[in-house]
Amino acid sequence: MSAIVQQHAIQTGRGSLAGRVSDFLWKHPHVFLTILLGPPLLWLGIIYLGSLLALLLQSFFSIDDYSGLINYEFTLATYRQLLNDANFDIIIRTILMAAIVTLFSAVIAFPIAYYAARYARGKWKVIFYLGVMLPLWSSYLVKIYAWKLILAKEGILTWLVTKLNLLWLLDAWLSLPVIGGNSLSVSYTGTFIVFVYVWMPFMILPIQAALERVPTNLIEASSDLGGTPQQTFRHVLFPLALPGIVAGSIFTFSLTLGDYIIPQIIGSSRLFIGQAVYAQQGTAGNIPLAAAFTVVPIIIMGLYLWMARRMGAFDAL
Amino acid sequence: MRSDKSTSAPFGLKIAAASGLLFLHLPLLLIFLYAFTTEEKSYQFPPPGLTLKWFAVTWERADVWQALWLSVRVASISTMIALVLGTLCAAAVSQTRFFGRETISLLVILPIALPGIITGIALRSAFSLADIPFSFWTIVLGHATFCIVVVYNNAVARFRRVSGSLMEASMDLGANGFQTFRYIILPNIGTALLAGGMLAFALSFDEVIVTTFTGGQQSTLPIWMLQELIRPRQRPVTNVVAMVVVIVTFLPILGAYYLTRDGDQIAGSGK
Repeated sequence: MSAIVQQHAIQTGRGSLAGRVSDFLWKHPHVFLTILLGPPLLWLGIIYLGSLLALLLQSFFSIDDYSGLINYEFTLATYRQLLNDANFDIIIRTILMAAIVTLFSAVIAFPIAYYAARYARGKWKVIFYLGVMLPLWSSYLVKIYAWKLILAKEGILTWLVTKLNLLWLLDAWLSLPVIGGNSLSVSYTGTFIVFVYVWMPFMILPIQAALERVPTNLIEASSDLGGTPQQTFRHVLFPLALPGIVAGSIFTFSLTLGDYIIPQIIGSSRLFIGQAVYAQQGTAGNIPLAAAFTVVPIIIMGLYLWMARRMGAFDAL
Repeated sequence: MRSDKSTSAPFGLKIAAASGLLFLHLPLLLIFLYAFTTEEKSYQFPPPGLTLKWFAVTWERADVWQALWLSVRVASISTMIALVLGTLCAAAVSQTRFFGRETISLLVILPIALPGIITGIALRSAFSLADIPFSFWTIVLGHATFCIVVVYNNAVARFRRVSGSLMEASMDLGANGFQTFRYIILPNIGTALLAGGMLAFALSFDEVIVTTFTGGQQSTLPIWMLQELIRPRQRPVTNVVAMVVVIVTFLPILGAYYLTRDGDQIAGSGK
């Protein structure tokens, strides 16, 4: 009898409309795929890629110096402007900042990731996980605001430094050229600290993922063979963690490269790429130059991703 | 780095890991303290006194409520759009094999991988080229675009664990595609979608960079906050709002964690 039922189920199609539709889709997987993929691809393709291409296209236009109107003729003059001393400085400054922020983020993130991957068990594993996730997801502006409270002249840092009798050290630091300033909240040092604070959590989880895949016996073997902890770190642990570090650095580097709010709120008056883009499209009304500026991070990130891919960083994501 | 079976971590590592976590958490705790300060003009530490007065003042502020309400509406609608589009995309990528799947993943991730300012300015110039006036819907358009990836990541991870034989069994027993979706697929991916939705909501609720470019006169809560950061009007109110925002964003993160903690991939590991 079950054979009859089975045969029946296979031979006749389903009568209802829903049944007929689903039979049709089952027999025509391409139609099914189109229905699934259509809406998201249309959305991302038209709204996102469309706007992106329109923006890039505008970087090949230029702005008329006298009328301030956009001159719709193909030119590379806007890109040449990027190499002006002032603009080139902005690019170099931003890349340098992104690199230093990435380096420090890796140094701070590594011990957290290593402890979480290797030693934390059970309850502590959860505490470490949430301990990273909560700051990572908590509001970007609130994090910046917290640092404004900390770095302000009358804030907690000055209070702490005074209590420790180290005010002279802070003053000496602030009197340094370039990285110093009137107070930490208007100096590069302040910008740097906040960048590290805001983007560092993105570094921890990729490193942790890479470290969790390192078999414990590799480390044991290294020390059995007489490797000191330093040697084990340099020749075993670090090379195996490197894809994770590179994966994390994609975030810290890219996010620092494009940020314009942090240096605007905590920083000196010298601009970063994000601020330049913002100023060019807003007050200056020079969309072509703003567009050309955005091409810089896109190209840098393209190169970066290509290098990261070659180092196997995407397996660690 | 010697390791016995009963290892505890080297002292230096413990210190480094603990201070790293403290570095992440102390500034947020400070926000809670400042919400109660009596000082109005500066960020003086230690606070000269503690008061609950500013909670009442904030409660009375119409502009805060308006901004909050706008943020909630934008985040809800963006999350719904992202849920539909992200799930469709995840279903296509994980249930079928086709040419260019890698490209689809890249396309979904791109809005969040490129700096927000690029997404923002691209949308802004596209809106002005197409003569679309800035409104509630232009904000939603931008937010939904970068929220898709969060839902997508969660749904893809879960689809991977739903075994195909379950669906085949359902079909063999005579269910049509819609019934299979309703009774087999949805219960299996439901918590992942809920987690993805919560994270998308948190992401949209907190977004400021794209919003500065796609919003008109309206201000969402983050925009309100940004204006207060640039030109402070009433600092104690900002302190209270900051504290509320911290609490409000913690809830979806904890929720998403509890919904997906048994899985091999836990929600939110990439923002």
